[in-house]
Amino acid sequence: MQKFLLQGLLRSALTERAPTPDTASMAELGYTLGRTARQKLGRSLSIREVDAGSCNGCELEIHALNNAYYDLERFGLRFVASPRHADVLLVTGPVTKNMREALERTYAATPDPKWVIAVGDCAFDGGVFCNSYACVGAVAKVVPVDLHIRGCPPDPTTLLKGLIAFVENME
Amino acid sequence: MNFASKQTAARPSQPTCLPWPRELVDEGGWLALAASLAKGERELLSLWGESSSVHMAMLEPREPRLRIVTLECPEGAFPSVGGVHPPASRLERAIHDLYGLRPEGASDARRWLDHGRWGLRHPCSAPEKIESTCDPYAFLPTEGEPLHQIPVGPVHAGIIEPGHFRFSANGETVVRLEERLGFVHKGIDQLMCGASIERAARIAARVSGDSTVAYSLAFAQAVEAAFDVDVPPRAIYLRALMAELERLANHFGDIGAICNDAAFALMQAQCNLVRERILREAASAFGHRLMMDRITPGGTTVDLKQENAAALLAMVEWIELMTPRLIALFGDTTSLQDRTVGTGFVSEALARQYACGGYVGRASGRTFDARKAIGYAPYPRLTFEVGASKEGDVDARVWVRFDEVKASLQIVRQILDDAPEGPIIAAWAPPDDWTREGAALVEGFRGDIFVWLRIRADGVVQRCHLRDPSWFQWPLLEAAIKDNIVADFPLCNKSFNCSYSGHDL
Ligand code: SF4
Repeated sequence: MQKFLLQGLLRSALTERAPTPDTASMAELGYTLGRTARQKLGRSLSIREVDAGSCNGCELEIHALNNAYYDLERFGLRFVASPRHADVLLVTGPVTKNMREALERTYAATPDPKWVIAVGDCAFDGGVFCNSYACVGAVAKVVPVDLHIRGCPPDPTTLLKGLIAFVENME
Repeated sequence: MNFASKQTAARPSQPTCLPWPRELVDEGGWLALAASLAKGERELLSLWGESSSVHMAMLEPREPRLRIVTLECPEGAFPSVGGVHPPASRLERAIHDLYGLRPEGASDARRWLDHGRWGLRHPCSAPEKIESTCDPYAFLPTEGEPLHQIPVGPVHAGIIEPGHFRFSANGETVVRLEERLGFVHKGIDQLMCGASIERAARIAARVSGDSTVAYSLAFAQAVEAAFDVDVPPRAIYLRALMAELERLANHFGDIGAICNDAAFALMQAQCNLVRERILREAASAFGHRLMMDRITPGGTTVDLKQENAAALLAMVEWIELMTPRLIALFGDTTSLQDRTVGTGFVSEALARQYACGGYVGRASGRTFDARKAIGYAPYPRLTFEVGASKEGDVDARVWVRFDEVKASLQIVRQILDDAPEGPIIAAWAPPDDWTREGAALVEGFRGDIFVWLRIRADGVVQRCHLRDPSWFQWPLLEAAIKDNIVADFPLCNKSFNCSYSGHDL
């Protein structure tokens, strides 16, 4: 174990430079985040991830945000275990009908002010699962969405760009 | 592809399934097979329904052959297999939920995927409108003075898929775990019906995102079997390359995550570096980090460039260097071993009874691997050893994954050396003569994925059944956690890492 720790000290950081925020996301966000929110929260946001029926592909890439290359926490963003601690819900999947109530309840359990970011093509419009008897479709049909990050799944850089745009907008 | 619409020309008899024929059996034959499954004479691979028939796939003993049988059930009922052979139980409950066919003599009549929220009953066959509510679910009773229940989920604390776990605990110790799944049911059976082959392939690739390559491969192989398509040799190698990269990425991700659930974050940080590098190489070689939609019936959609082959080889060399260090880190950290050894035990008998595949089966003495047992190309031409253990605990499942990492590295090297030049896709179109059927069994990182499909003469999918390995692993997780402490559940769960999405469909 010592070897790994020593190596970690000696080698230069693997973490990459932050990508520039996504302009499309900036535009979508323009009106949603007010000065008041920023005063309350500073630059630090807690994120609660909610899988509302994803194929788990989106989760894999969201997970990757925590690895040393992307290191999400340096932007003041961190994943939390409970919606009660969250400012942002990161929702994936075509909202299966079996998950709809759980998503609504998670949203209700999140204290104000709160935002919802819909991640992936499924969360945008149901993706390949739209028009199924078992899916509601877009996340926006169930809870108000502030930002969409598209992709199937969006890669970590795309996710980062969207999330940074989100934080930048708070300033 | 030209999907000219034409009436299905009548073929002499029932459509025959390739490469394994599908036979019709009567009730007696069905029951005899169920009894032989219960006796362990053959293994259950899957059980699935259609509007008025049920199908069952089994693995024949000592033969690399599947047996697929069909029982017509015009009365809407069939003799339950789950009643005598429990591994069939959840599959039958799903058949009842989706197709309305009743398993007679079943030991568990509760709904499984249907939570009462679709506004429909049996949506895949003569659906009936209902008021969309939430059905109550009767968890199995547990009795005794000090017992208490802990309900967990469907929304979990981590970035993971949703499902519900009901623990009955005596103090710290779990007396019973009961799973309730189906939360991510997306209606894939029905979405497949009437889909073009192209669309169906995209859906198949999204059954379980972590196994997208394996699912695409299984789907493609079933279509190719049905239409007798000759896949170019280069494509066969490239597909195997993608499948092994997917396996490697998942094993590293999971080994790290298991250790993290034992509060050893260093291992996760290191493993995720390896995983990330694999995904990046995959993206630069094939244009997608998870290699989604890169395998298609007939071949692959992208070729591997020389420079990417070189980069992959460099990556393999680096991983070969990293792996022994990670193994040492895992094996030498006694505080970690303290958590993994003896935790979450699955007996060999149970693994065999459930024909449990992947690392869960292999860690408990069932060594089945479709790459070897079925031996689809190019694997018979490659040398590799799959891991095995009889310990059956979390620790064994980690060691088996390390063995699989070594095997995959061996395979990737051979593919990079031997992959022949040539085209990457066969020119083919579904001939519009008659309805065809195909099946495939492919080894994903989690275990064997079974696909059976029927395609109409106009090139449209009539029915496609996709069976995730998790169907036979989820029930064993219930057994594994028994008598362990509640706090070890995340560790056990991660060591299985069953797919919710693949199971819920
Ligand atoms: S957007 Fe793609 S990766 Fe994400 S959940 Fe949907 S199908 Fe899976």
